[in-house]
Formats: sequence, structure tokens, C-alpha cells
Amino acid sequence: MEFGYPVLTSLIVFPLLAAAGLFLIKSPQVARAYTMGASILELMQGLPLLTFKFNADWQFVEKAPWVPQWGLEYHLALDGISYLMVMLTLAILPLCVMCSWTYISKRVKEFHFCLLFMTAACVGVFSALDLVLFYVFWEAMLIPMYLLIAVWGGDQRRYASLKFFLFTLAGSTLLLAAIVAFRITGGTFSVPELMQTTFSFRFQYWAFLAMALAFAIKVPMFPFHTWLPAAHVQAPSAGSVILAAVLLKMGTYGFLRFCLPLTPEASVYFAPLMIAVSIASILYGGAIALGQEDIKKLVAYSSVGHMGFVTLGIFLFNLRGVEGAIFQMLNHGIVTGALFMMIGAVYERSHSRAIADNMGLGKYLPAFMGFWGLYALASFGFPGTNGFVGEMLVFVGAFQQSYVLGALLVPGALLGAAYMFRVSLKMAWGRPGTAKGWRDLNSREWAYLLIPAVFVLYIGLAPKLFFNIIDPSVEKLLADFKTRSVAGAAVAAKPVPAAVAAVAVADAPVAEAAAPATPAEPVNN
Amino acid sequence: MEFNPILIVPELYQLLLILALFFQSLGAGPHRPGGDEMPPAERWLPFFAGFGVFVSIVSWGAEGLIFGGAYKLDALSQFFKVAIAAGFYVAVLNAARQPSLEERKRPDYFMFLAISAWGLMILSSAVELITIYIALEISSYSLYAVIPLRNVGPKGDPRAAEAGIKYILFGAVATAIALYGFSYILASQHTSYIAQLAKANWTWSAQPMAVVGLSLFMGGMFYKLALFPFHFWCPDVYQGASNETAGFVATLPKLGAVVVLVRLAALLKPGLEITTLLAVLGALSMTYGNLCALAQKDVKRLLGFSSVAHAGYMMVGLVSGTAEGLSAAAFYALAYVAMNLLCFWVVSRVASDGRNLQLSDLDGLYKRSPALAFALGVGAFALVGLPPTMGFMGKFFLIASAWDHGYNWLVITLVLNSAIAIYYYLSLVRHAYTHEAGEDAPVPDNSPFSVCGAGILAAVVLVFGMVPGGLLDFAMRAGKQLLP
Repeated sequence: MEFGYPVLTSLIVFPLLAAAGLFLIKSPQVARAYTMGASILELMQGLPLLTFKFNADWQFVEKAPWVPQWGLEYHLALDGISYLMVMLTLAILPLCVMCSWTYISKRVKEFHFCLLFMTAACVGVFSALDLVLFYVFWEAMLIPMYLLIAVWGGDQRRYASLKFFLFTLAGSTLLLAAIVAFRITGGTFSVPELMQTTFSFRFQYWAFLAMALAFAIKVPMFPFHTWLPAAHVQAPSAGSVILAAVLLKMGTYGFLRFCLPLTPEASVYFAPLMIAVSIASILYGGAIALGQEDIKKLVAYSSVGHMGFVTLGIFLFNLRGVEGAIFQMLNHGIVTGALFMMIGAVYERSHSRAIADNMGLGKYLPAFMGFWGLYALASFGFPGTNGFVGEMLVFVGAFQQSYVLGALLVPGALLGAAYMFRVSLKMAWGRPGTAKGWRDLNSREWAYLLIPAVFVLYIGLAPKLFFNIIDPSVEKLLADFKTRSVAGAAVAAKPVPAAVAAVAVADAPVAEAAAPATPAEPVNN
Repeated sequence: MEFNPILIVPELYQLLLILALFFQSLGAGPHRPGGDEMPPAERWLPFFAGFGVFVSIVSWGAEGLIFGGAYKLDALSQFFKVAIAAGFYVAVLNAARQPSLEERKRPDYFMFLAISAWGLMILSSAVELITIYIALEISSYSLYAVIPLRNVGPKGDPRAAEAGIKYILFGAVATAIALYGFSYILASQHTSYIAQLAKANWTWSAQPMAVVGLSLFMGGMFYKLALFPFHFWCPDVYQGASNETAGFVATLPKLGAVVVLVRLAALLKPGLEITTLLAVLGALSMTYGNLCALAQKDVKRLLGFSSVAHAGYMMVGLVSGTAEGLSAAAFYALAYVAMNLLCFWVVSRVASDGRNLQLSDLDGLYKRSPALAFALGVGAFALVGLPPTMGFMGKFFLIASAWDHGYNWLVITLVLNSAIAIYYYLSLVRHAYTHEAGEDAPVPDNSPFSVCGAGILAAVVLVFGMVPGGLLDFAMRAGKQLLP
């Protein structure tokens, strides 16, 4: 290890140790401060990650035998795709601690235990390169999330938590069978090695279905989304933040990391289906969000729509689409996470999540409303915010694929603006209820809302750094994908433009040049 | 090979314990003259049972074939003997504070437990069908006596008596069937030694009588294992017997059954009719057990149906016909025992008055006893098969070993069953963590003894879930030796 310690392992082990240490603490206030300190320390341990090199290699590799009899390895590494997700996970933890500082008043120790446990599992999911290790983290993460909802949730927390657990577990049991099948057929559990192995189409067909079910439930995609609103509404705000910012990303990350490289032919074969379901998610999520009276439910349904953009981008198989998907993953994590924190903050004042009880805040809570406005704009992709970059890239990718596909996305984006404006206008200028007596943001709330705001604007205005991080990995992913999928239905994307990428790409006509309008027909044999 | 007593030290030591308990049951007890000087059995036995674990570890490397080739000491038998000794130790500790057992019955009670464990040790070394049969009877008969020993009122507990009778009747029928099947095997294959049987032909077309005989003989093991359709006693007995007794019945006898099945599995090549029968029974057992468990309100009954399901899981390793499969089954049996000992430990400690726990009695356990609630959570998630627990690793090894050996449908059935099972295991956690305690909640035992026991068992389940390599190595050695 060039840093004197195994970075990724310490990022996984340290939160667990810190969580164990919580049991020595009596006072809730100390437990909060302790966890805050631990989360800062965790971030500091992640500092070596800043030496990330902008190439497509696996970095920060750690490898050790785990269960040699079955060839299981303890194999961690990052590339451009997982790098951002790990960073997001690390950054979310202190925000979660801050936003539940007063929100959580019962069983504070256990709450923070779950948060820390969760962080360890999430880092593990994004950095594991052994299929079984991945699965271990993937499942381990269910337990703290279940407890976060079931113990600290709202009135219907039992129902919501059970639904969450049943859905996600039912999906991932078949994932385990697929993992084992990969080992038996491909001879190894190692993801990088499996990426070089070619499987028969029949095998890919079933493996893709088993994996896609697990990932689609986690994302969640349209017909499997019903657990999400229930879980989001009932979860405490920190739970919602982690759920939105990190957990949902695991599904799309799974598609990128496993489905595309391991089952390329099947991915092409199923792409029309996945695209159709993604568009259904976008339109359905947006339409349902438009009708919500509960702010949290609204944001939850908007998540369904946003994640639809991500899955759509992935299954376009072109550079812009996949870039857009990754940006959208990051953006959705930042923006929706922030929105959930804001909902938590306003809930502490009004004790209600209904829009009707939280109106007219513009005059009395200007700072709050200002932040809300920023995140709402970012949420529907207003230029200058990060949401714009992601959505635009997916648009470009879609138009490159076909005009019809691109045209179908337009109402999705419009819906996003519509529901966000609807709720924001009411919150800002509606007839105030009890809002007159509320105080505006305190310094703690300023702190945890300012940090995401910085990223919203930074990614929105200067996304170059992030392109540098993801592009080598995405290009390699797509290059491998194209050589390995006989179909080659994916349209070749133009090479990456330099510096001003996002803003330049923003002009839709650019897309036309590269859009031979290949229909997304499957070519299977 | 020459008989050398050193080879069977664990069995001899266990026999010594039985004799000591026997003499104590003859003369001891506070109500007998001079009995006051004798420490009660539950005081001294745990130490000696603990030493027994040590003894069986020391004789780890024993190898040999003695008693006319009927008794084999090999990696498999020694592996299981350590497991049985350890399980016996935990079961004795667990039963030491049994509230529903009168003082004067305790030496007898522990003697019967010890005999049963002794029978299981013999079972794990037996490689000849009659020896297997006798060992099976030794371990069963003593349990028949133990199950009705539950005193919750002046008249005893009618449910315990019912459970005892059910266990005897089912057991008698099952062993009779096994004996009947044995006669067929002997008649058609002309030997009762497993080593020679393994060379014989087991296809239906060649030896229909032998196939019928072996199926029936294995019925005796299925009864011990509570595999569908031999499971009917299981939930009733768990419910009727005292918590501590159920903890013993639910765990150790399964080890004995698995070790015999692992040995017999050397005969079962994938594709044989009898192997398919085993796979079908496994699939039925896991599905039936899980579906029935969904509706249960009594914690022990729930665990009873869960063990029916788990018996089905173990079949997955047995039908694969590979060394990996056998070692996976052995590993899973061990994991199963560890998880169930943990769950029953918590159940016994929570029901400190000896009552039968309902799910609602677990309400708010996290407040009354955080440590026990945590341990119960670990046990429940392990039984589901969630990482990072032994249950996950066991299930994973089962799936990995059985895939692509002709029974993929069984593997799919297994993973789908995990999804069904989550509901009722989760309800243990749900009641313990998200419900508030009711009026008549039992007072859990929060003594250091109870908390440490739960903590150690939970640690075992977690640690072997994270680093299963070493344990699997031993299981692998046992499996390789049966199916090189």
C-alpha cells in the first residue's frame, strides 16, 4: 500500500469499529458528537482517494484470499464509476449525522450504530470486485436500513420496513443463484476476470434476468417501485437521505458493473425492454408526483422518475448515455438527499409533511426557501445546476439513439418541472399556516444544506473534473461491451470533447450529427 | 485393525459422564440421607461437559477402522464428535437453570441428555447399517424419556406428555420402517457395510428392492432430521417440551442424522432415482416448512417448522454427489446447530419462568434486554441466510456445490424459499425491536451468565460467517475422504 494502510479496507472497518465503540457511551449528546467525529475521521481516511488517477485501471487494489476452497477473494478496488459512488457515500454520512441531530431523540446510540454500519456496507458494495463479497455487502446493508425504518420511522413504519425488506430480499435471492452460476460456468468469482469471459447467449439470458430483477427492484424501476414511496415516507430523514443518495444507486451501479460487462449480448437483447420500462418509470413517477399532497411522497416519486433517466442512459449503450447516467446518479444523490434533509428540517418545525401545512415559507424562512428553490431547480435540471448536466447528457444519448426515444423523454422532463414548481410555489407563496412563528435555519442546518449546494453549482458549472474521472472507465466499459456483444446495436458515440463538455453538449443539434437513428431492435442469435 | 481405547476417548469420556450421572441419580439429592454433600448435577456437569469438548478436540486426529469394520474413525466422525461435544456443552449450560424441572429429576435428566449425545457420537462413527441402527436407537430412546419432563404445575404439563407420546409413536414407526428397509437392503445387496454398499448398483432397473430398502432406511434418518413427510412430530414436540429440552432436540440429533446421510450419500450418484427422490423431498420439505412457519405464533413452533425447512436445505448438498456437496451439507448442519442453539438460548433465557413464548412475548425485548434482543436478531438473520453470518455462508456453499449437477431446479427452489422465510424470521426481530412490551411480558434473565452465553454464541455465528475458511477446510477434508 502506497499510503501505509489499506485505504478501502480501513474505510469499511473503521465505521464498524466506531459503531462498536458507541456502546461504551451513555449520553445521547456525546453519541451524536462521537459519531460526527467518527464520520469526519472516516472522510479523512478517504483523503488518499484524492490521488485517483484519471485512467480506466483498477485503483487502490486490495486482494487477499478469503475462502480459498471456493476461490473467494477479498478483492477491493475502484474505477471511475465506483469512485464517485464511494465518495458520495463518505460525504453523506456526516450530513446524515447533522440532519438527525435533533430529529432523532430516542435510542440515539443505536441509530448512529445503524448509520455507521450502513456506511461500511455501502463502501463495501461499491468497491467489492468479488461477486460473493459484493453480495455479502449488498445483503448486509439491508439490516441497518430495515432497522432505520422500522425503529425510527413514522406511524406505518412496520408496514413500510417489512415491504422494503421483502421486496429487496426477494429480488436478491436470485442474484445469489446467478452469482453461483457465474462461478460454475466462468470458473471464478472475480469480476475483472469474468469480464473477459464469454458466455453462451442462453446463459446470459437467464443470468441477466436474475441480476436485472435484483437491480431493478433496488433502483427501483417501474413495476417494482411500490416499496420506495412507503419506505421514504416512513423513514427518518437520515434514512431517506441514505436510501435516496446511496441505496438506489446500488441498483444502477449493478447494471453498469455486472449486467453490461458480464452479459453484453443479453443486455442488448433486453435493452428495448429496459428502455421501455425506464421511460415508463420517468413518465409514471412524474405523473404520480404531480398529484401528491405529501412533500416526502412527492420527492420519493420524483426519485422513481430520476432513476428512470439513469437506467435509460445505461441501456442506450452510448458514451453520452452512460456518462449521463453516472452524472444523474451522482446528482440525484446530492439533490434528492438534500431535499430529504430539507423536508426533515421543515418537519421538525411543522410536524407535518403535507404541502398544505408547510405553505408560505418564503416570507418567514427565506434562507430555507432559498435552498429549497436551488435544489428544486437542480432536481428538474435547470441549466447551471448539476441536474442539467446529467439530464442533458441522457437526452443527447437518447436522441443519438432515435428521435422517437428522445421525444418520449421531453414530457418526462416537463413533468419534473411541473411537479417541482407546483410544490415550490405553494411552499414559497401559499397562505401560511403556523409558519409565522417558525425560526429560519440555524447554523447546523446551514452547514448541512450548504455543502450539497456547493456541489450542485460546482457540477453544474464546471463538470470537467467529473468527466475526467468517469470518462476513461466509461469508454473502456463501452469498448469492451461493443467488442463482446456481437449485436453491436449500440451506436458509436463521438469522442469526448474537452473542457467545456457539458455546456457544449447541451446544444441538442450536436446530437443530431451523431444520430443515425438506429432503432433499438434486438439482434440476437 | 487392533482395538486401541485411545481411539475412542471422546466416547469413553462421555460414557464416564453417564455413569457418574447414573450413580448420582441413584443416591444423591438433598432429600436423600447424605445427599447434601453431593453438589447437584447442574453444578458440576457443565465443567465436565466443557472438558469433553477439549477431549474430543484432542482426539481430533484419530483414524482407524475398529470393531470388525463397523466403527470408523475418520475426519468426518471426529469433526462431528467435536460438534456434538460442543453442542452438548451448550445444551447442558442452557438446561442448567431450567425452571420447569424439579430438583430431584435433574441427575436423570442430564443423564438422558448425555446418553443421547453418546448415541450420536457413536452414530457419527458407525459405518455399518446395524451399528447405525443401534446408535440411532440409543440416542432416540433417551430423548423419549426426557421430553415429558416438564413441570409447570402440580400435575405436570399435558402438552409435554402429548409431545412425549407423539415423539415415541413417530419414532417407533420411523425406526420400524428403517429396520424393514434394512432387511430389503441386506436381502438384495448381501451386505450391511456402507463401504461395500457403495460399490453396488443402485439403479431402479437393476436393484428395485435395494432402492426401496435404502429409501425406507433413510426414512429413519429423515425422522431425526424432521424432513417432510417425517416432520409431523417436530413442531408439536418443540412446543410441548420445555424450552431447554427443545433446544437439545432441535439441534444435536440433526447432526447425527446428517452424518449418516453424508455417509450414505456416497451411494447416491446424481441421476439415480433415489437421489431424485431425496431432492424432491428436500424441495417439498423446505417449501412446506417455510409456508407453515409463516402462520405460527408460538416461537418454538415457528422454529420447529423452520427446522423442517432447514432439513430440506441440507438435502441440496447431499444430492450433488460431490465432495464439495457433502462438505457443504456438513458445514450447513454445523451452522444450523449453532444458529438454533443461539435462538433457543435466547428463548430459554427470555422465558425465565419456563413458559412457552408467543411472538407477542418478545415485544419490546430490546428495552428489557438489549443483549438478548441483539443475539436473537443475529440468530434470526442467520437463519434467513443473510450475510455476514454462518447461515449465509452455509447456504452459499450449498448452492455453489449443487449448481450444475442436475438439480438446478432444487437450487432455485432453495433461493426462492429464502425469500419466503424472511417474513417469519423477520417477525422475531420485528417483535423484539419495533413493538412495545405488553402487560404480561416475561422477565428476561439478564445475568452475566445469560448475556455472555448469548454473546459467545452470536460471536460464533458471526465469526464463522465472516471467515469460514478454517471450518470449511475440516468439512472439506471429511467430504473428500468419502468422495475422493
